[in-house]
Amino acid sequence: MAHIRLPEGIPGILGLMASSPETAKPLNALAEVLLRGPNSLSAADREMIATYVSSQNDCYFCQHAHGAVAAYRLNGDELLVDSVKANFEVAAVSEKLKALLAIAGKVQRGGKQVTNEDIARARHQGATDKEIHDTVLIAAAFCMYNRYVDGLATWAPTDPDLYRENGRRLADEGYVQSTAHLPAAQKECA
Amino acid sequence: MAHIQLPKGLPGIRGPMVFSPETTKPLCDLVQVLLTGPHSLTPAEREMIATYVSSQNDCIYCQSCHGSTAAQHLGGSDADYDLIANMKQNYEAIAISAKMKALLAIAGQVQKGGKHVTGDDIARARREGATDKEIHDTVLIAAAFCMFNRYVDGLATWQPSEPEIYREIGMMTAQLGYVGRDYKKPLQAIAAKLDEVEV
Repeated sequence: MAHIRLPEGIPGILGLMASSPETAKPLNALAEVLLRGPNSLSAADREMIATYVSSQNDCYFCQHAHGAVAAYRLNGDELLVDSVKANFEVAAVSEKLKALLAIAGKVQRGGKQVTNEDIARARHQGATDKEIHDTVLIAAAFCMYNRYVDGLATWAPTDPDLYRENGRRLADEGYVQSTAHLPAAQKECA
Repeated sequence: MAHIQLPKGLPGIRGPMVFSPETTKPLCDLVQVLLTGPHSLTPAEREMIATYVSSQNDCIYCQSCHGSTAAQHLGGSDADYDLIANMKQNYEAIAISAKMKALLAIAGQVQKGGKHVTGDDIARARREGATDKEIHDTVLIAAAFCMFNRYVDGLATWQPSEPEIYREIGMMTAQLGYVGRDYKKPLQAIAAKLDEVEV
């Protein structure tokens, strides 16, 4: 049971967003620009960073929600997403993404954990200032979203099909409208 | 030196904010709705939650800015600044409401990780009169500062130590809030020192 009264049957952060629209707006706007805005990093790579950090934070809802977006963007390659969570250093992703995931993993433990060597490795693989900036901010933002979702003990369903459907919707329609598909009655009961 | 090339002379989050205006807008909108405006928790109380979490995350810039903003909301006297310093050391022992202590306890658990918040933590806050909205906002403020602190430290931004810099930031923020500000403009307390210090 969640720590506060939330609309029934709306999972994870979606229930929180339906019940607190004034904070949902900037939270969705931030996810939209970080994960779907114009960027030299692909949307799949950015979702992978979000997924990895959420997995390190042991947030079931976020790692499966964003893992599903990443997989959808990679033609359904859920095994690749799983391999990044298990050990990104041996996963079939670019050396640049590995270096950025290493930075994201440091940010998850704490901002001061990021070393000059971590940054040098990313630069060596061609990462730009903007890519390093966005990696740090995506990782930091998911340390927020994960704590928001778990700190209020929200409900996380386990049916993979539900996450696949949500992943498709987020990839195609974006984050700003992330609660638009919910029935009005559910939102109103908040 | 910061991990990426940032504008000179802008402390803490201000460098990355000017570097990346497209992310700055939602970040400012978020902190504005969380820490300012009408609420059953005062702006000082919400700034104290932000300050406490930033201190637990050992982020010098954020704890100094928000601590100063909290002190300014309380009146800006030396005693107000002392209260904030003492809160960071041991909030259970200072002269704040029992409800605020319970909310700070929840914020401290969120800082460690979302799953650390227990039914007992929530029950204590409710016993002291906290509402669902106050608990929700406490969790989200604490979570948001786990983001802001990592953003500021993860890029190794410049974080000066002079108290007058943070006094100026606190005064301006308590007065003006977070949105619609020119964060490129140099702080007076820094402009006065630009010739002396390397920034």
